[in-house]
Amino acid sequence: LANSPTVIVMVGLPARGKTYISKKLTRYLNWIGVPTKVFNVGEYRREAVKHYSSYDFFRPDNEEAMKVRRQCALAALRDVKLYLTEEAGQIAVFDATNTTRERRGMILNFAKENGFKVFFIESVCNDPTVVATNVMEVKLSSPDYRDCNSTDAMEDFMKRINCYQASYQPLDPDDYDRELSLIKVIDVGRRFLVNRVQDHIQSRIVYYLMNIHVQPRTIYLCRHGESEFNLKGKIGGDSGLSNRGKKFALALNKFVEEQNLKDLKVWTSQLKRTIQTAEALQLPYEQWKALNEIDAGVCEEMTYEEIREQHPEEFALRDQDKYYYRYPSGESYQDLVQRLEPVIMELERQENVLVICHQAVMRCLLAYFLDKSADEMPYLKCPLHTVLKLTPVAYGCRVESVSLNIEAVNTHRERPEVSVAFPQSHPLIS
Amino acid sequence: VFDATNTTRERRETIYKFGEENGYKTFFVESICVDPEVIAANIVQVKLGSPDYVDCSNDEATEDFMKRIECYKNSYETLDETLDKDLSYIKIMDVGRSYLVNRVMDHIQSRIVYYLMNIHVTPRSIYLCRHGESELNLKGRIGGDPGLSVRGKEFAKSLAQFINEQNIKDLKVWTSQMKRTIQTAEALGVPYEQWKVLNEIDAGVCEEMTYEEIQENYPLEFALRDQDKYRYRYPKGESYEDLVQRLEPVIMELERQENVLVICHQAVMRCLLAYFLDKPAEQLPYLKCPLHTVLKLTPVAYGCKVESIFLNVEAVNTHRDKPE
Repeated sequence: LANSPTVIVMVGLPARGKTYISKKLTRYLNWIGVPTKVFNVGEYRREAVKHYSSYDFFRPDNEEAMKVRRQCALAALRDVKLYLTEEAGQIAVFDATNTTRERRGMILNFAKENGFKVFFIESVCNDPTVVATNVMEVKLSSPDYRDCNSTDAMEDFMKRINCYQASYQPLDPDDYDRELSLIKVIDVGRRFLVNRVQDHIQSRIVYYLMNIHVQPRTIYLCRHGESEFNLKGKIGGDSGLSNRGKKFALALNKFVEEQNLKDLKVWTSQLKRTIQTAEALQLPYEQWKALNEIDAGVCEEMTYEEIREQHPEEFALRDQDKYYYRYPSGESYQDLVQRLEPVIMELERQENVLVICHQAVMRCLLAYFLDKSADEMPYLKCPLHTVLKLTPVAYGCRVESVSLNIEAVNTHRERPEVSVAFPQSHPLIS
Repeated sequence: VFDATNTTRERRETIYKFGEENGYKTFFVESICVDPEVIAANIVQVKLGSPDYVDCSNDEATEDFMKRIECYKNSYETLDETLDKDLSYIKIMDVGRSYLVNRVMDHIQSRIVYYLMNIHVTPRSIYLCRHGESELNLKGRIGGDPGLSVRGKEFAKSLAQFINEQNIKDLKVWTSQMKRTIQTAEALGVPYEQWKVLNEIDAGVCEEMTYEEIQENYPLEFALRDQDKYRYRYPKGESYEDLVQRLEPVIMELERQENVLVICHQAVMRCLLAYFLDKPAEQLPYLKCPLHTVLKLTPVAYGCKVESIFLNVEAVNTHRDKPE
């Protein structure tokens, strides 16, 4: 039972942030390497019932609709089972209201039959301002309301929420639900109730949920200014800024001032080139060793040509699987993700932050915010002298790319189209 | 950490005001448990041996202590959802079965909550040892990724025998991702998990050198390290301080687990040992962790019992004492 897949069951009235939590949590779990997928029952319903007319569909006395809705939940559970048993999924997030004991009992039985663990995440919020904001952010633009104006949509959605109120049985960890593993998130994270955390991943999920927030803020990601080694085409090392790199640092200072931010935190690595860049900002900054560039081990301070000459097999292997490939005595992108996890966690806790880092590190962080796969991550474009401005919006992240108009070398290597030819019997191919 | 019953709202308000006046944040940690077995076990573990009861028999002490608890019950005001809604606190129910967390204010409170939610009191043992003697150990060289020497392989077999004799229920085995710990674990014939973060301290430019070579080639670095071994970072390498940061997830998972054998390296083992035996930073880099010796740690009362078991296979001594 130690490695049983887990079904995370969301619970809560509409517009309580279930889908927001589902998507964000799924993005985090996939980034740390745990295959996770969301199963949103509303999407199944939209497939089954092509046109949404009004809240009447959700009335508890609408027997036809109740049947359809139950079928949709069952269809989603069937896909959950497929994902966890045949598609190498580790965690399935079952995103629906699941507001009755009856429905939750049905899901518990399903999980028991299949040997899945169950973890409930309930979002409880009765602050009308929060609910209204949610409705505006993500409901008015839903496919359900594509032919409606905002006022009508809002009115209909509030009646929709109402349909669930009478039958809503919140999780009761003191009594009825005392044997269940669950977390109750109250008032958007002011308060949490946690019951019977079973294992490592549930503990990590709880920790993550307790660190995220919904305050508007912006995260700025950029690399150090162009370095002396960049100019020579050498990777790694600990060189200082080139002349153009120093110009970038000054331009960055100007850019940050123009952004006119309240309380910007600045983070760098412990390598000279990021520290020198931050120095130009005349703001306090915090150095994180965890933000240091990927360790290229035996290839440190070489150019790609030198690597290709002196370590041809390593060079080829890296191009074949750039995410998992570990430089001898060095690191892989996969290692980077593990060491960057505390940075991500602290970024979630913080508000406005500027992270001055390095190419591979920035690719890892960007992949987290933009939900890019392990396969894509090592090829994300993170050019020198360009700031990426990330703003959370709706269920995701808006990204603006701002080039600060200082020339720099291009350090990006595209994914090779044709992999280096290797005889099939080569000992390195297993 | 202000450790007292603090069971009345009035007492807690006094403390909160004290905090405010002095610019301190306040975080409350409440422990609620009504299971009579747990309470009885606690009394036996830590109260009977208390200085308060030095002249009492166990029965007399237990009876007195139960009456002591009674004195508090009537005035006990648990942290309340409404009355205390603006305080930052965690309520731990039934030794960690469930938790209520209110208004976590900052990073450290978040880490405290995470830690409290991962610890448990189920009896178990943690076994720490280093890999068997390696080829580079024999040559007096540090770091690298060598395999086991002949004696190191013997140790691995002795370790397997030792583990069998211990008859441990559901033992988890962890190694680093370096050959010498993996080869050691292989001899056990049980599944093991490899952690990159258990790798030995990175000696950077000094990797695979002997201490003599380091003293010759990097005399300044050599001297600096002896001056402040905990904070000293090898050029392009790591410090003990860096090690502690990278080992934190291992400690957290050790807290979650039950019986675990960790096969690691000298500096790594010193860091883990310092955590369990509460050794300060100055002592950490000089803790004795000889090859071919298993340390068995068993939580007891407020600390950790440690038994040192030498598995009777000779090995070189890699320990350098603090220079006078």
